[in-house]
Amino acid sequence: MVHIKRLQEDGADILAVIGEIDASSSIELDLAIAKSVGEGSKKILVDCSALEYISSAGLGVFMSYIEEFKDKNIHMVLFGMKEKVVNTFQILGLSDLLHISLTKVEAKKLLHELSV
Amino acid sequence: MLKLKALTRLTFLGAAVAWLVMVFSDVTVLFSDLKGLTPDVPLWLPRLMLDLYVICIFYYYKFKIERDESLNFTDLLWRVFATGLVATVISLALRLLDFLLGSTRLSSNIFFHDVEYLVNLGLLLSFLVAAYTCWKRLILYQKSKWLLRGWLIFEIALVVVLLSDNFKITLEEWLFTTVTVLTGLLALVLSANMKWVAFLNFRQKWTSLLLLLLSFFYLGYFFYTVTRFSDEISLQSVAFLDFRNHSFNIYLFSFVMLYSIFSFLVILFNLPTSSVFEQKLEEVVNFQRISQSVQTEQNEESVYKILLESSVSSVFADAAWLEIKGEQENHRLQTYQITEADARKIQQHLNGRNVKGILEQSTDKTKNLSQHLSTLKGINYRSIMAFPVSVKGEKIGTLALLKELPEGFNKEMTQIVSAFANQAGISIENFRLLKEAIQNERYKEELKIAKTVQKSLLPDKLEKDPAFDISAFSESADEVGGDYYDTLRINDHQVGLIIADVSGKGTTAAFHMSQMKGIFHSLAQQALEPKDFMVRANQALKYCLERGSFISATYFVIDTQSRTIRYCRAGHCPVLFYQAHEKTAGFLTDKGVALGMVKGKDYDNYIETNSMPWQSGDVMVLFTDGITEAKNGRGDEFGLDLLKATVTELAANNPQEIQDRLIKKLYDYTGTEEIDDDYTTMIVKFH
Repeated sequence: MVHIKRLQEDGADILAVIGEIDASSSIELDLAIAKSVGEGSKKILVDCSALEYISSAGLGVFMSYIEEFKDKNIHMVLFGMKEKVVNTFQILGLSDLLHISLTKVEAKKLLHELSV
Repeated sequence: MLKLKALTRLTFLGAAVAWLVMVFSDVTVLFSDLKGLTPDVPLWLPRLMLDLYVICIFYYYKFKIERDESLNFTDLLWRVFATGLVATVISLALRLLDFLLGSTRLSSNIFFHDVEYLVNLGLLLSFLVAAYTCWKRLILYQKSKWLLRGWLIFEIALVVVLLSDNFKITLEEWLFTTVTVLTGLLALVLSANMKWVAFLNFRQKWTSLLLLLLSFFYLGYFFYTVTRFSDEISLQSVAFLDFRNHSFNIYLFSFVMLYSIFSFLVILFNLPTSSVFEQKLEEVVNFQRISQSVQTEQNEESVYKILLESSVSSVFADAAWLEIKGEQENHRLQTYQITEADARKIQQHLNGRNVKGILEQSTDKTKNLSQHLSTLKGINYRSIMAFPVSVKGEKIGTLALLKELPEGFNKEMTQIVSAFANQAGISIENFRLLKEAIQNERYKEELKIAKTVQKSLLPDKLEKDPAFDISAFSESADEVGGDYYDTLRINDHQVGLIIADVSGKGTTAAFHMSQMKGIFHSLAQQALEPKDFMVRANQALKYCLERGSFISATYFVIDTQSRTIRYCRAGHCPVLFYQAHEKTAGFLTDKGVALGMVKGKDYDNYIETNSMPWQSGDVMVLFTDGITEAKNGRGDEFGLDLLKATVTELAANNPQEIQDRLIKKLYDYTGTEEIDDDYTTMIVKFH
């Protein structure tokens, strides 16, 4: 089960992902990102500090937006991941394709640099 | 059956013989009495024969009527009537003969009168016993223990009376009266059993009344006839068989008469309410139709139809509609005697007035909304009531019933329609469950096929080489996974190895796995650098995988000439490599992005070829994340560290042993044979 909270800070959408993302709950993540994109957000922060587990389907959701974000000039930074979660991103090589920061401050900074 | 038939005939024959003997003996006794002679036959013979006759007739009807299950209530009454009719016709024919004879000597002959009298008496008794048998069936229609006991006592009393007439037992006056009163009371109590009347419909009630009325006529006629004859004969002699001396006859006659009167009155007074009972019966039938619609392979549509029809007929509604809130395109309105436009008009009218009720869909309380209709022009209906149709607590539709009369619905109607609506909801739910079950079954079947396909994609045999041994293992959960491994000889000193994990599960995973197999077999032959292999594989796959899908893989080339492995990791779990001379194991973690993640041409920036020398005794363990993510009872994962420790400990063995013990350890760790992911390993040991 996953719960996704959305709030806005300094012109960026912050999606806080709470819980576990498996095959079925990955749909919620997809919908949340799609909604954010649909409403015209150019900066998206994903707060993964309360993300306990992510399956390949969940990783697939992040992966599937890479091309689209590139085309639409949207920037997304993930931050606050637990070690186990960040490992799964690293093994798949997704950490090379996505922007991942340790803290929210760093993430905001990175987002700012990217959008300049 | 044949036996029963024979018995019936036998009893009939017995009755006929008894009657004949009775006639002859009685005439003889009468003759002797008139002539002052001693009769050749005993005086008690006619009486005994009469008893025998009654007993035979009793069994005759018992076999004929009591055992016949096919008879319904009016059939039974018809039997009584028909027996009476036959008896009356015979009696009337005799009377006609009497009339035709006029005032001849024969017609005034007392013996002739006696025979006539006995014919009539026989007919009367036969009619009485027939009626008695039928009444018995009617009384015992809904048996209870006490009713059966009461009836038994009553029958025994009758038999005792029948027999006691033969022996001139002179009872004390008070005892006789007591017994008579008690028997009479018992007969009264038994006669109160009239439950069968309720099951007659209106028409049957009228028929029954008529039949009973005619039966009264027969009873009256016969009673009059035999009494007249008895009077006539007794003027000359009292030695004949006077039925009035036979208390059994009186008892039987009284009982038959009593129950007939009771039945007649009860039916008569039940006439006005019979429509209610019929309606209730119809409701039950309708109820059954709704609840049994699942078994009879009907569909939801027919349930709605039955619900609408049943509700309308149960409450005598003038019009009705049933609105089903389906999917957007499935929004339906079924109507009865009202146009859809009118129905919408009423809905809009009620909505417009902000009527809180079922039609407004915000509340579940059934409400009589009639008061709001009076203000609606152009529509004749003045009463309306509406009900929700719910499935699993979710409202799927509304049933509305209309009447032209104001205040046309009562509480009972509300209850019955409410019950109909509930039952319809249950039926619909059953339909949906059934559908779901079929769908699930189909899905399971599909998974089975996918699993077979997936199994067949894995190699039966692995490449052999004197320089190394390979062993592989793959076990998947019930849900089909997408783990794949394979080997292919590139040339005499090079062997290609692959391990891959397709994201997702089920048939799509198996399908992508087969694509991966095709890619491996075509690219590996070309002796490509591992990195080039991955770049081409990515090129081939990136448009084949659907959104969000990817494949993690590691490709190895084992070179037995240079004693090195060259490999490229594309997002797959890092390989565990055990070095024998240092007795240590480590994971080969290099950068590498999974296949299908990068759609652009720059995929080669994200992967690299790595090289590693190997020595004798080195062990390489390829695995998928199912192994490291296997959880024990506490939810802890097997993990990389335990895997490393296990392999280090087992490294001295051959690959097959390492594998067997590793898998055993894995199962021990999880504590169950039930796996919820795929376990795949491929173990290479170098010589």
